[in-house]
Amino acid sequence: MTEACCIVVGASHAGGQLAVSLRQQGWEGRILVIGDEPYLPYNRPPLSKTFLSGEKHIEDLLIRPEAQYEKVGIDFLLGQRVSAIDKKNKTVTLSKGESFAYDKLALTTGAIVRPLDIAGSELKGVLYLRDISDVEHIRQFIGKGKKAVIVGGGYIGLETAAMLRKLGLQVTVLEAAERILNRVTAPQVSEFYIRVHREEGVQLETGVDIQGFVGQDRVEQVQCGDGTVYPADLVIIGIGVIPNTELAEAAGLAVENGIKVNDFCQTSDPDIAAAGDCTNHFNGFYQRNLRLESVQNAMEQAKVAAATLCDKPIQYNALPWFWSDQYDIKLQIAGLSTDYDDLVIRGDHNDGRKFSAFYLKQGRVIAVDAINSPQDFMFGKQIITQKLLLDKTSLSAPGISLKDFLKK
Amino acid sequence: MPVVTYISHDGAINDIEVASGTSVMQGAVDNMIDGIVAECGGSCSCATCHCYVDEAWLDKVPAASEMEKDMLECVLEPEDNSRLSCQITVTDELDGLVVKLPPSQF
Repeated sequence: MTEACCIVVGASHAGGQLAVSLRQQGWEGRILVIGDEPYLPYNRPPLSKTFLSGEKHIEDLLIRPEAQYEKVGIDFLLGQRVSAIDKKNKTVTLSKGESFAYDKLALTTGAIVRPLDIAGSELKGVLYLRDISDVEHIRQFIGKGKKAVIVGGGYIGLETAAMLRKLGLQVTVLEAAERILNRVTAPQVSEFYIRVHREEGVQLETGVDIQGFVGQDRVEQVQCGDGTVYPADLVIIGIGVIPNTELAEAAGLAVENGIKVNDFCQTSDPDIAAAGDCTNHFNGFYQRNLRLESVQNAMEQAKVAAATLCDKPIQYNALPWFWSDQYDIKLQIAGLSTDYDDLVIRGDHNDGRKFSAFYLKQGRVIAVDAINSPQDFMFGKQIITQKLLLDKTSLSAPGISLKDFLKK
Repeated sequence: MPVVTYISHDGAINDIEVASGTSVMQGAVDNMIDGIVAECGGSCSCATCHCYVDEAWLDKVPAASEMEKDMLECVLEPEDNSRLSCQITVTDELDGLVVKLPPSQF
């Protein structure tokens, strides 16, 4: 009998953690991680920040060095794309034809950028930001005084704007919605970020209807529906991501806005687990299905998936959290604010760069956006998970420490 | 290469060679030491790499930033020698550093 083999498709944040967790959970057979990028699993958050600026290099991004994977016997097949999964015969096939048999399979295929398919989007200098090669590409176009237009006022767009300003570019952010961060924050938080970016010299426009990109052999202009034209040496599109579920779907796994997984990160096939941005799971705290785009979820689900594959199931139960670094501002977000019915601001969002927004639903805090306020984030997480009923007035009173709300 | 000693909450001792310039957190993650979670990958955002610096080394480790101090007040069982291990860069001067890990990072 040959030794059991677990194949992990996707050398992503989730994929790397899953492989390591398999060993930690006692998987004794072979572990093979297949990734389509030529790199070992790396930290993606610095891509729009210190990797873009050149402060960090590829080797600084790696989550673990090669030697550590070798030490615990994790094999990688990099720069290879899996083209098909045969769950009946338990094999995966690479696009170049080679097949591998698995006993257990894990899908950590992540997300891909949402493309903007409009006139001129194929022009040179119209770029996206999701992986190392994207940023290497962007770097060829940047330089002091160059004009960058960023399409999309979400976190990726805003982080990129902040870093490009720091590098001395002229930066314009164009958002289609009436405000930036429209889907994820309260208007007060959007207003704060608009103010900060303008203070830092970014031209930021909302309600913009982009018609297309124009240029000879590379992008030179962004044209809008109202006739406005923005000159551009480069355009970076950041309008969100979509889960990378093509393989799972073709294999016949249940997919619905992500690969459907249960509380144990198991897909509709018991021998196949999935983790990270590519999944859709039911969240007990918010009582609805979620697809999360976050490092924390990738790591937590990877650990749960590994435990499941080792037949030592542990239930996934984590409060989502996120962070975003822009200029001198650290935003830490605990929970999800969707469907909030009340908002309490601690501090002043109209002045300075430090305050927190508490999102309430039926008197309970469901999410916190903490801006340069790490304690509000840390205690906020606990207030959310303990489902405390809070008095709004004391929540906004600067003299009262959030610690006092917490059960002893 | 400097050696850092990680003492887990259950008493397990790991002496790990950590390259100068990398963080105490990274040394633990690279070597799969369970007690450090490091969800944010070292950007001082999550406080899941909390450790206690051995008293003998407190003077030699550079002081925490205000952001880190704020976060440390909220971790489970904070002590005067609490630090976020992602914020301690290993140098030759820190060869022999001893850190203890808390029972939980949450």
